[in-house]
Amino acid sequence: MALTQGLVITGLHVTVETEAGTKEILKGVDLTVRPGEIHAIMGPNGSGKSTLAYSIAGHPKYTITQGSVTLDGVELTQLSVDARARAGMFLAMQYPVEVPGVSVANFLRTAKTAISGEAPKVRTWIKEVNESLGRLDLDSAFSSRSVNEGFSGGEKKRHEIVQLELLNPKFAVLDETDSGLDIDALRIVSDGVNRYASQGDRGVLLITHYTRILRYINPDFVHVFVDGHIVEEGGRELADELEANGYEKYTKVAASS
Amino acid sequence: MTAIIEKADGAAGRLSEAVEAVESHLHPKPSWDVADHPMPTGREEIWRFTPISRIRPLLEATPSDARLVWEETLPEGVTSRAVTEQEARTISTEAPVDRVSSLAASLSGGARLVDVPAEAELTQPVSIVLRGTGELVWGHTVVRIGHHARATVVLRHEGSARYGTKLDVIVGEGALVNFVTLQDWADDTVHGGQTSVLVGRDAQVRTVTVSLGGSLVRLTETARFAGPGGSLEQFGLYFVDAGQHIEHRLFVDHNAPQTHSQVDYRGALQGKGAHSVWVGDVLIRKVAEQISTYEANKNLVLTDGCRADSVPNLEIQTGQIEGAGHSSTTGRFDDEQLFYLQSRGIAPDEARRLVVRGFFAAIIAKIGVPELEEHLMTAIEAELAKSVAA
Repeated sequence: MALTQGLVITGLHVTVETEAGTKEILKGVDLTVRPGEIHAIMGPNGSGKSTLAYSIAGHPKYTITQGSVTLDGVELTQLSVDARARAGMFLAMQYPVEVPGVSVANFLRTAKTAISGEAPKVRTWIKEVNESLGRLDLDSAFSSRSVNEGFSGGEKKRHEIVQLELLNPKFAVLDETDSGLDIDALRIVSDGVNRYASQGDRGVLLITHYTRILRYINPDFVHVFVDGHIVEEGGRELADELEANGYEKYTKVAASS
Repeated sequence: MTAIIEKADGAAGRLSEAVEAVESHLHPKPSWDVADHPMPTGREEIWRFTPISRIRPLLEATPSDARLVWEETLPEGVTSRAVTEQEARTISTEAPVDRVSSLAASLSGGARLVDVPAEAELTQPVSIVLRGTGELVWGHTVVRIGHHARATVVLRHEGSARYGTKLDVIVGEGALVNFVTLQDWADDTVHGGQTSVLVGRDAQVRTVTVSLGGSLVRLTETARFAGPGGSLEQFGLYFVDAGQHIEHRLFVDHNAPQTHSQVDYRGALQGKGAHSVWVGDVLIRKVAEQISTYEANKNLVLTDGCRADSVPNLEIQTGQIEGAGHSSTTGRFDDEQLFYLQSRGIAPDEARRLVVRGFFAAIIAKIGVPELEEHLMTAIEAELAKSVAA
């Protein structure tokens, strides 16, 4: 079998444990994102978009019952969370987690060392970090703050993009990166994603509820995600149609099926 | 109780003072008389968490002339001398509140007094290393800091001992003090006792209590104010290994108005039978208007088989305060934190190490003595190597 470059999701089923028992959230997801492509996944709340993001990254809360996720031919579902990251997968989280007492600088250096297998050169690294912070409109004092502790919503998302720039993975899943951002922050974050994508050989899976961020990031493909799977695929025009008409026509179908 | 009636019989204006003298049942009556502190059975409120059989050497009135080896590094102007038992009682902050410290005061044959003169501006810490050589030792130490002095004092315990102690810290008006004690004992040490801090008017006092070593460490830390305007911060760090019992019992007595206190103790536990106890009592007396207080205890349980007891108590006798609160949390690693770190390629053991270091970093940063901060980080790394990387 020829290796398919990029992210290939095949027949993915995922369950989660709830008080009412095991619940299937993803019900057969098929998706291929080739290097250099930006795909947007759009869907209503509760459709399973974030579950898809977490499952790709390996969050322990979610159990993959069927299917596969490969990145450049490497099966991610068999790997630990950290090994997936080292294989080139990056998840920009909707709700980045606070890690008290761990500075941004220490966190970034530790992550970079883990990803590249060796400690970055001190002098060039500090410069690189400060430049990236500057591009995201964060000052260098940001480095000495504890990871995500006391950050505003906008700072958290910009910090995720700083990580994206510095770790420069093969593939980025952006989970509702636009939520909670004002228009200035949205533009800054979008510019960061576009810089990353413009390298040409990186893949982006952009998960969003609204079309707002798609005014700044131009997707090659748009997928409509309802009830745990993709129900329609198209180009940018699909996003425009969703903007005009909402998800109603898809959710009605799902409810009556 | 007799004392209360006597006061109430005086001027009417003393009535409130008399009511004030009613101590909570949580706080035993201070007394120099060992007979006032009977041998505990283990069922008493203040002893119920402590393994009595293991602390018994410090509960029996066995005389001992042995001393810990005392090594002091005193900045210019700071003095240290022996004082008689009688003088020690006179200058002490308060009488012993439990049997261990009362035995220490009566069997230590006097005290060691360290004096930081008034208005001294110390640029180097007062450093005292106390080293055990395997014996039963009773000790009484008094540290006096003169008014408007600025000082850091580090008291470091090492070696093997059965050590019962009373420690008094008297901080003068307007002084700025950082008082660090480190329990860096060998594995077989049993250390019990009482530390009493008196915060002078408008003084700013920070204590950092670090308990790492020893088989059993049980410290009662009491604090009062000599006048209004004082500020007290108490930080603690403990790392409890298999079979270790580490107990910190704090009592902050807000006995003066416009005073401030903050308590933040954090511990990590690992290994079978690791047991930590933290009791944080705060009493806000009727006179203590416009005070603020907050106490917090956090425990991070690293393995199965550990037990962390955490009991905050707040007694409020006036509503005219700025704020009072407490929190206590005991838990395992936060899965979301570990997931976040691992999703950035960081291996699980490294992620756990980062979280634990971060957990303690805020406390260690309060010490203000760089070489000691470094020593502690190294010590924590060594502790972590036993469980986290396993």
